[in-house]
Amino acid sequence: MSTATPFKAYGFSWSRVIALCRKETFQILRDPSSILIAFVLPAVLLFIFGYGVNLDGTRTALGLVVQDDSPAARDFAAALTAAQAFEIREVYSVKEADAALLDSKIRGYIVIPVDFGRNLARRMPPGVFVGTDAAEPNSATLVAGNVQGVWNLWQQQWAAEHRTTAMARLEIESRSWYNPSAESRNFLIPGSIVIIMTILGALLTALVVAREWERGTMEALLAAQVTRVEILLSKLIPYYALAIFAMVTCMVVAVGIMGVPFRGSLAVLLLVSTLFLGGTLGMGLLISTVTRNQFNAAQTALNLGYMPAVMLSGFVYEIASMPKWVQAVSYALPARYFMSSLQTLFQAGVIWSALWANLAFLALATVVFIGLTLHKTRESLE
Amino acid sequence: MSAFWRLHALIRKEIQALLGDPHGRKLLIAPIIMQLILFPFAATMEVKNVSIVVLNEDEGEHGAELLKRIAASTAFSDFVTVQDDDEFATTIDRQRALLGVKIAPDFSDSVERQQPATLQVVTDGRKSNASQIALGYVQSIVGTYAQELSGAAALPLTVRHFYNPNLDYKWFMVPQLIGIATALGFLVVTALSVAREREQGTLDQLRVSPLSPLQIMTGKALPAIVIAMAQGTIILIGAVAVYRVPLNGSVAAIYIGMVCYGLSQVGWGLLISSFCRTQQQAVLGVFSYLVPSLLLSGFISPVENMPGWLQIGTSLNPMRHFVELMNMAYLKGITLDAFVAAAVPMLLIAALSLSLAYFKFRTVRE
Repeated sequence: MSTATPFKAYGFSWSRVIALCRKETFQILRDPSSILIAFVLPAVLLFIFGYGVNLDGTRTALGLVVQDDSPAARDFAAALTAAQAFEIREVYSVKEADAALLDSKIRGYIVIPVDFGRNLARRMPPGVFVGTDAAEPNSATLVAGNVQGVWNLWQQQWAAEHRTTAMARLEIESRSWYNPSAESRNFLIPGSIVIIMTILGALLTALVVAREWERGTMEALLAAQVTRVEILLSKLIPYYALAIFAMVTCMVVAVGIMGVPFRGSLAVLLLVSTLFLGGTLGMGLLISTVTRNQFNAAQTALNLGYMPAVMLSGFVYEIASMPKWVQAVSYALPARYFMSSLQTLFQAGVIWSALWANLAFLALATVVFIGLTLHKTRESLE
Repeated sequence: MSAFWRLHALIRKEIQALLGDPHGRKLLIAPIIMQLILFPFAATMEVKNVSIVVLNEDEGEHGAELLKRIAASTAFSDFVTVQDDDEFATTIDRQRALLGVKIAPDFSDSVERQQPATLQVVTDGRKSNASQIALGYVQSIVGTYAQELSGAAALPLTVRHFYNPNLDYKWFMVPQLIGIATALGFLVVTALSVAREREQGTLDQLRVSPLSPLQIMTGKALPAIVIAMAQGTIILIGAVAVYRVPLNGSVAAIYIGMVCYGLSQVGWGLLISSFCRTQQQAVLGVFSYLVPSLLLSGFISPVENMPGWLQIGTSLNPMRHFVELMNMAYLKGITLDAFVAAAVPMLLIAALSLSLAYFKFRTVRE
């Protein structure tokens, strides 16, 4: 069947590809939104992400109910108030604390009970109560952990000052490789670049072919002496160039303005980005070819690009912690490999052992998506 | 009366345009189901099943005992033992381990002699979030061991996690999906569909019809809200029946909240559409609105971590208010004060964006 397709006879020609690319490029340049895509949008979004998404906890608001007047109780309350992680608000009753917790005014509260000092002196559990607002489990975990930390430290100090038990001193010397300050920004900004590029890439090409089908110009092209490969290349190349401009903007903002360290090589970054864009632009083309309708294409591209890139790519949620079947789904997302590559390139440098598998998967995604698009373009003609 | 019938006909046409096409129907329902199945399992800040690499140069009992305890923790499932520094470093380089623990030769000796004994922990800064959490687990294991060695076990704290005693992340995630998963639908049904009509020329036909601009806008807004409420209902049923998240709050508060949220999202959608002539522009508009609105909603990272000027900016973000509202309305049972505090900003956003969109829609004639 395929040997009988009419355009086989004309063969592939680069001059036609170039001519078609020129036409596509003019179309892109004529639309003012192209400037928006390549320069304004990536820069603005990256700025917003850089300042807006911050996982390094600031001070958490906690209520404190002190029912005991012993020196020990006052000392522990002072230790809590001095702790960096909290913003302590004195509350006068548990009831009041409960109400504030219900209204999300505080993230948790601590009760130092009446006989705290007495029990402590007798080495009995002093019954300190910590209540957290676990409707937000992340902050609840943080609060419980931090209060525990302050409590352990205070106990040791109090014991050291008031008794002479020798404490075993086990110290942890922790170092964060690649990101010595362990700033969340240094991995969130490369991650944000992945999200921006994923949606941008899928959206750019998702609409173009669909628009041609909608307007009937696709049939015209196919009826003319143009092969499928030529048409696809003429769609891929100009949009690839546009996406690379967007990527450059991202890098300038991230490294030049926001000061995120980049330890990899630009050549390797270009290679990774090219393979990633091959997969993503290819996915957009496939969506476009299958739906042949801009409205549905846009919806599909947004659905496939937007939430999965945020949730399943390892942006903030660790993939290894997800159930196996969810991890299996994440293997199908080019964003996952781009995320891992950028994290390595930005913070560690060119470490081939960490990169090659990502590159292989990205190359595979490129081949699969573009191959499927080619296949679908033929199918739709018959 | 005739105005009412005209509007009625317009809404019917609108719903038919969205749901008449089988692809369109699937596109409004399938992603909701998919997100409901996948994302509750994906969104977790809990760290488990991660790999840890260990270099133990200590021959005494204390190093071995600590490692045994770390291995027993559910956070670490894969234990890579290496013999030298080089191997240790490459294991982390290759991301075969998120965390490395190094025990020096004199570790047990120092403990016995009551000298400070140091445990080196290396975390992978490329994934600083997960590795810092894992570091916290190691710290607490070591802390407990130190207390035990001193002979005086630490006096316990009583910790209670209200509203979600087992700290199940799904309990947080599934109710929040109501706002997050429906956002795309709102914008597609408003911004994109207006742009489609504009591109196909049918918007001009509507304009020369006896329908007023206000009616045309209502004809776009109402179906969007109805569809999103249906999507929200699917998620709500999933939350209660499948995920069994206890609904302690009030269903009425959730639905009234959804209407307020719907109005404000539709307002944004129509405002975006009023600036766009083609579907491609509308898609870009939706994209530039949707992505920041999710990341600045307080869902991924708390709003109070943002700088002050950005916190003010987020008050224009409907999703931020709805995340806040749902957080109270589902698990906790929201008080009237708190409900008003979250709902009023959404209504203000709706009023502002809808009147701006109306103004642009009425005055701009191409």
